[in-house]
Amino acid sequence: MFYIHCPYCGEHREEEEFHPKGQAHIARPEDPDACSDEAWGDYLFFRDNPRGIHHELWVHAVGCRKFFNVTRNTVTYEILETYKMGEQPTVTAEHPEGRPSRDAADQGTLHEGVRA
Amino acid sequence: MSNVATFDTRTEAKIPVESPLAYSYRRSGAPVPDRKSRVVLREHPFLGHLVLRGGAIVLDEAVREVLGVSLPGEPQGLVHDAEGVRSVQWISPDEWLVIVPGGEEFELENRLRAALGGAHIAISNVSGGQTLVELEGEAARELLMKSVVYDVHPSHFPVGKGVTTVFAKTTVILRRPGEERWELVVRRSFADYTYRWLLDAGEEYGIGVER
Repeated sequence: MFYIHCPYCGEHREEEEFHPKGQAHIARPEDPDACSDEAWGDYLFFRDNPRGIHHELWVHAVGCRKFFNVTRNTVTYEILETYKMGEQPTVTAEHPEGRPSRDAADQGTLHEGVRA
Repeated sequence: MSNVATFDTRTEAKIPVESPLAYSYRRSGAPVPDRKSRVVLREHPFLGHLVLRGGAIVLDEAVREVLGVSLPGEPQGLVHDAEGVRSVQWISPDEWLVIVPGGEEFELENRLRAALGGAHIAISNVSGGQTLVELEGEAARELLMKSVVYDVHPSHFPVGKGVTTVFAKTTVILRRPGEERWELVVRRSFADYTYRWLLDAGEEYGIGVER
C-alpha cells in the first residue's frame, strides 16, 4: 500500500483514498483544428511507459477531490514527491536527486492551478 | 445581489418526514444504552447542510459577517460558533461544509448570497442528501479504529479536526467536536449501511442507540 502525501490536504493519506489517472503533464494541442492527425493521436492515445522515474496524475477521490501530480519510480514503486497542479517536478529523470535550487526558485513564477 | 434562483426545501405543507435511518431502526433495531455501554450512537437528522465553494478570502468575509465564525483556512479545520450548534468544516481548498440547526439553512443561504454579492461562488443545499451520526463514549475511538482507514489517535486527530475518509466500504466525513464525541456525516443512501456496520462493530463495546 502507498501512503501518499496530498499537497492540498497537507498530510499523508492511505492509498485507498486515491485514484491514479495516468501520465501527468500532457498538454492539449493549442489549436486542435490545425494540428496533424499524428499530433492529435499522440495527444489522445500514446503514453510514456518509462522504467524508472515517471510523473503521474492522481486524484484524492475520497478526500479533497483535487487532482495533483506524483513523481514515482516505476521500478521501486517509491514515491519521490507530490506537487500541485500547475507546478513542475523537482525530481526528474535528468535530475533524480532533485533539480538545482535555482530551478526550484522558478516555481514562484508558475501559476497556481487552483484558486485559494 | 446575484440572480440565482433559490427556494426553501422545507415546505409548509404537512408532509411526513422520516430520518434516513427510519428503516434501519425498524429492520435492524436500536439497542437501548445501558450501564455497560461504552459507546452511544445518536443520529441528528434534518439538520441544515450547505456546501460553500469559492475563494477562501471572499467566503471568509461573508461567513464572519453572517455566522460570526471565521472560515477554517487550514486543511482539516473544523470550527463551531459560540453556542456550539453551527459548524464550518474545511473539505477542500475551495470547499467548506456548513451544518446548522434544521430550518436555518434557507435563511442562511440567502444571507450569505446577499453578503457575497456577485462574487464567483456556489452554495448548494445538501441537507436532504446526508445525515449526521454522533458517537460518544470512551470506546468511540476504538470503534472508529475498526471502521476507518484514517489514523484517529489523539496525537493525529485532535479535537477540532475533520476529514473525509474511507469508512468500511463507503466514505464519510469524520469530525471530532469533543474529547469523546465524534461525528460522522454520511450520505443518506449509505446511512443504513453505516448504521448496521456500527452496530456490528460496536457490539463488543455494548453500543447503544439513543433516539
